Amino acid sequence: MRLAVLLKTVPDLVEELALDEDARTLLFDEMSYVPSEWDDQALEEALIIKEESGAEVTVIAVDTGDVDTMLFTALAKGADYAVKIVGDFDAAMSNWQKARVVADYLGRGDFDAVLSGVQAIDDVDGQLPGLVAGFLGWPHASVITEVRVAGGSHLQLRQEYAGGLVAELETVTPIVVGVQAARKPPRYASVAKVRQVAKSATIDEVEADVAEARLAGVEYVRPVAAGHAEMIEGDIDEVVDRIVAILEERNLLRRA
Amino acid sequence: MQKAKAIELDIAVVDGVELNGSWNRMFEPRVISEYDLSVLDSITQIPGAESLGYCYQCGKCTGVCPVDTVGDYSPRKVFRRTQLGISLIDSPDLWLCTTCRNCLRVCPKEVNMINIMPAVREQAVLEGKAPDELLTAFENTARYGNPIGESPRKRADWTKNAGVAVPIMSQRKAPVDVLWFVECYPSYHPRGKEASSALARVFDALSVDYGILGTEEKCAGDSQRMAGERGLFEMLAEHNIKMLSKYTFNQLVVTDPHAYNAFLHEYPKMGGEWPVQHYTQFLAERLNQVHFVKALNKRVTFHDPCYLGRHNGEYEAPRALLAALPGIDLVEMGHCRETSYCCGGGGGGMWMDSFTRDYASERLSERRVKEAIEYGAEILAVSCPYEVPRFEDAVKSTGHDGELQVMDIAELMAYCMGLNEALVLH
Ligand code: SF4
Ligand code: SF4
Repeated sequence: MRLAVLLKTVPDLVEELALDEDARTLLFDEMSYVPSEWDDQALEEALIIKEESGAEVTVIAVDTGDVDTMLFTALAKGADYAVKIVGDFDAAMSNWQKARVVADYLGRGDFDAVLSGVQAIDDVDGQLPGLVAGFLGWPHASVITEVRVAGGSHLQLRQEYAGGLVAELETVTPIVVGVQAARKPPRYASVAKVRQVAKSATIDEVEADVAEARLAGVEYVRPVAAGHAEMIEGDIDEVVDRIVAILEERNLLRRA
Repeated sequence: MQKAKAIELDIAVVDGVELNGSWNRMFEPRVISEYDLSVLDSITQIPGAESLGYCYQCGKCTGVCPVDTVGDYSPRKVFRRTQLGISLIDSPDLWLCTTCRNCLRVCPKEVNMINIMPAVREQAVLEGKAPDELLTAFENTARYGNPIGESPRKRADWTKNAGVAVPIMSQRKAPVDVLWFVECYPSYHPRGKEASSALARVFDALSVDYGILGTEEKCAGDSQRMAGERGLFEMLAEHNIKMLSKYTFNQLVVTDPHAYNAFLHEYPKMGGEWPVQHYTQFLAERLNQVHFVKALNKRVTFHDPCYLGRHNGEYEAPRALLAALPGIDLVEMGHCRETSYCCGGGGGGMWMDSFTRDYASERLSERRVKEAIEYGAEILAVSCPYEVPRFEDAVKSTGHDGELQVMDIAELMAYCMGLNEALVLH
């Protein structure tokens, strides 16, 4: 089984978002970036599959800035190959463009499954894995919390629904999977190991052209607060009474 | 089954004289010492962990190990369990030692937990067997240069509220006498920042010619090293050495005893050698220039930080500063100086409080706070940035809120020098 895991970096929310309030633009070059945490989950799930059934794991990132450390870290954790898609890209590249570039690359390989984070802080609707599947014409499943190889060329997936429902799906390959969470917390790669891998391993660079964006951001502004929180004053009894009253007003509490 | 091996030599030759030890040695193991030693061997063959095998179970360490007073852990127990086949790598024991160095002080066989712990922990980290919260601290440090996960761009933000100008080297562009290495908790933690501001005011009042690295500084990394992330420590040290090397200064002054330890013993091995003083040492040498204008009028006790005291032998400088404060009633606790208790923050303990809670009846910091209360102290004076948050939490969790204040020595000095408005009760 050949697995591809899509990795990308997203703006680091530990820092302030660099927003030019006058020009109403995001200053992509002034922000710092960290690996998307959902992609970390996808990688972990792929590594678990590898340990269970000997799959081969290739991590793939589009070169939108410094992605090497992220790729070396994935190799240190146990991925077999790392691919960096290089071209005239920058941090402002849209998810649609990333999906296009990645799908072109994946279409030329013979991967059985592509795992990606189900969403990212710059993709809260989780478009990227769906777009990749769409471009490739492959099936796609999202909000997956478990991927297992079910003999031959089938995969068993665990998918989460609202209301605590869980579905078990069986699917053919190739497929694109949006991973919500891995079965175990992502593993840790020690710094010494990452540094050693960075010295000894290589990242395959693949050139690609960027497709023209279909959508253009018109303006970026901070959300305007619609309402304000009510600060409840008083001693503990008054505060409790007020909270109970609010819950009753909103039909969230019924007295027996 | 593999038989127990004698550790000592059968025949030793000292200065050409052959000393035959066979008359008092047991070279044929008796039944009670026939253990499968493969697990012990797997630990003692890790470079740095050899001395665990020297233990002869005298139990001296158990009497002084702070962790044993709140749990079931001491070097003697670690040896015995390993000898019986419980792998230290998989045992919670591996994460309980705070590297306080009290056992090494009394161990006749020099079983050295200060070397054993980081070595075995490094192995466990490689195998993915470390507590999650510790790994989070490692990841934060690797990514942000501080274990708390704060923005590296905001490392010098505390200076804005220091009340005095704090020179930052990259802007100052001139040699200084003192480069003050501030460290993480003094840069980010609310109470740490207050202590840093106090120290900045004291430096300012004494006209110290100094500067800080600001955003060019990263965690010194010593506790991460003791917690088993040597690679991370090396990465941080390389960065800090590179940044420090850009500037001209006569000496380093550090706020943090853990950084002091790193700059004294570890950074020189990596090419970063500068004269370094803990801030208490630096100020103690300048006491004659200090003008006190206010009396403290409080009963104060002092907690020796493990990495200033036991690790590096400095017991006098903090006491000299405290003794000079007008109106101070300085009282020593039973555990002081060499026998000082431990706050529980060293060796990565700072980042494993949830983990260790399952193996301890109470926190070491809670024990220590109770001791300070027993001695009637109104102020617990400290000189390590881990301690203010740890002891303040412990004051609250032991129900002594309002009875005992935890203050950095820099804050007490600034107060008596008239540089801090009030002794803030938190
Ligand atoms: S260093 Fe301190 S905590 Fe660790 S085993 Fe020795 S006495 Fe106990
Ligand atoms: S003091 Fe040293 S020799 Fe004695 S039991 Fe402790 S570790 Fe072993």
